[in-house]
Amino acid sequence: MPSNSHTFYPPAADAQPLSVYTERLTKRFGSFTAVDAITFSVAQGEIFGFLGANGAGKTTAMRMLCGLSKPTSGCAVVAGYDVARYPEKVKQSIGYMSQRFSLYEDLKVWENIRLFAGIYGMGKKVIASKTEQTLAELGFEAERNTLVKALPLGWKQKLAFSVAIFHEPEVVFLDEPTGGVDPATRRKFWELIYQAAERGITVFVTTHYMDEAEYCDRVSIMVDGRIEVLDTPKALRQRLNAPSMDVVFQRTVEKP
Amino acid sequence: MSIISCRELSKRYGKVEALRSVSFGVEGGELFGVIGPDGAGKSTLFRILTTLLRADSGQATVEGLDVVRDCRAIRSRIGYMPGRFSLYQDLSVEENLHFFAAMFHVTVRENYALVRDIYRQLEPFRARRAGNLSGGMKQKLALCCALIHKPSVLLLDEPTTGVDPVSRRELWEMLARLRQQRITIVVSTPYMDEALRCDRIALMREGAFLKIETPEGIIAQFPQTLWSVQGDPKYRLLKDLRRHEDVIAAYAFGDAHHATVRSERITPLQLEENLKMLGYLNVEVKKIQPTIEDCYMQLTGT
Repeated sequence: MPSNSHTFYPPAADAQPLSVYTERLTKRFGSFTAVDAITFSVAQGEIFGFLGANGAGKTTAMRMLCGLSKPTSGCAVVAGYDVARYPEKVKQSIGYMSQRFSLYEDLKVWENIRLFAGIYGMGKKVIASKTEQTLAELGFEAERNTLVKALPLGWKQKLAFSVAIFHEPEVVFLDEPTGGVDPATRRKFWELIYQAAERGITVFVTTHYMDEAEYCDRVSIMVDGRIEVLDTPKALRQRLNAPSMDVVFQRTVEKP
Repeated sequence: MSIISCRELSKRYGKVEALRSVSFGVEGGELFGVIGPDGAGKSTLFRILTTLLRADSGQATVEGLDVVRDCRAIRSRIGYMPGRFSLYQDLSVEENLHFFAAMFHVTVRENYALVRDIYRQLEPFRARRAGNLSGGMKQKLALCCALIHKPSVLLLDEPTTGVDPVSRRELWEMLARLRQQRITIVVSTPYMDEALRCDRIALMREGAFLKIETPEGIIAQFPQTLWSVQGDPKYRLLKDLRRHEDVIAAYAFGDAHHATVRSERITPLQLEENLKMLGYLNVEVKKIQPTIEDCYMQLTGT
């Protein structure tokens, strides 16, 4: 099977604008190559699933895309900014949420929103009006003054996601956002993702739940620092003659 | 006689009721799963069974020994793998294994047979520090260390959380082999698809067991009619399904939506026609067997 990792496909002239675009993006730690010349792109408003085995290089790649780690070679452009040259611009244009990155537990719901919005440089008036809107959308009006530590986990995750996209970033990076939550909450969380994508926010998400991979527009699977496959879930299932993404994953990762 | 027996165990942390009168038994050689999301009380239950935490009320025994009165005797009979990686990061793979053996006054050599299959995969890395292992390898080493004193009961708290699907499957295959050697295993997981690997499971929520049954039994007892509904665009389809008068609830499940329906009022074919009229493409509606996730959602009333 041809690998996508070393071929660069320029976007067609009439293609959608790209939110993430990399060319032979590489990160080495000493003699170890964590990310090995990956080339791919994510269109604006797309839900992109970034999958891989533990230790395949997903986190390292994500850190570079978020402007937190400098590439050893190759390049990445996120929200229009080169991650090596303008990491601060990248950080301002993205949102980030991880399973373990929670909000500040000892701050109230509205205080968390104000803190993060302030860090992203939003004005007081905008913050005030948007806070109302966000609380209403989440059905959290009654929890405005609740300390975050008193919220159930599923609510925290919804709030964390809303805070991550509060400043209307072009791209939001979600690192295993649904780990450990109950099945209904997990599905409601994904509906927030759909809503954000409908509004044009690009969603870049990692997960170990293979049913969630099916909800993505396209997914990539990383193996040993490279992107081994990248396509729509349906095309991958057909290509590997697999009944589910779970089987696609197993077959891709276990190839000799 | 049950190898593990709990009667009305309760534990409270301040206002939070972590366990609410939990009772159950695990038979010898059984692979018993405790399935539930974060915050359900799984770890509290494990910590009580492993004598690391005292219940506020209720009783628990392991091989007939009381978890409070006989805590020292119990500790040598159980192997425990806590949720968080708990080995010594600065010791090598080999050193960790020897350390845990020494703690229980055994040698790696005398009990090697029990861990051989798993440890063989770690051999190439035996001099590597545990902190530098990949996630899957760490789990394997932790399992070896939990087994090296030859316990008769193995308690694993979320061994597959945050672990990729391939390593997860490998771990379950290892557990299946241990069960063949008549080791009693209690394992917790938030991944509902793993429930099918267990002999019996307890579905847990907010400190209580909703049901204790075989996975097949839980699926057979699903009281509603469940259809899988496919069509594009998917997200709009989900919203329209929820608006449909004969649909009770609808959720996204991978490449299809699962809908519980009033089947006395509509057939799959009729729903298919309804959806085609609304302009959906690639519509397919069919009756399906529920998964454990469907059952959990039904039991929790969501």
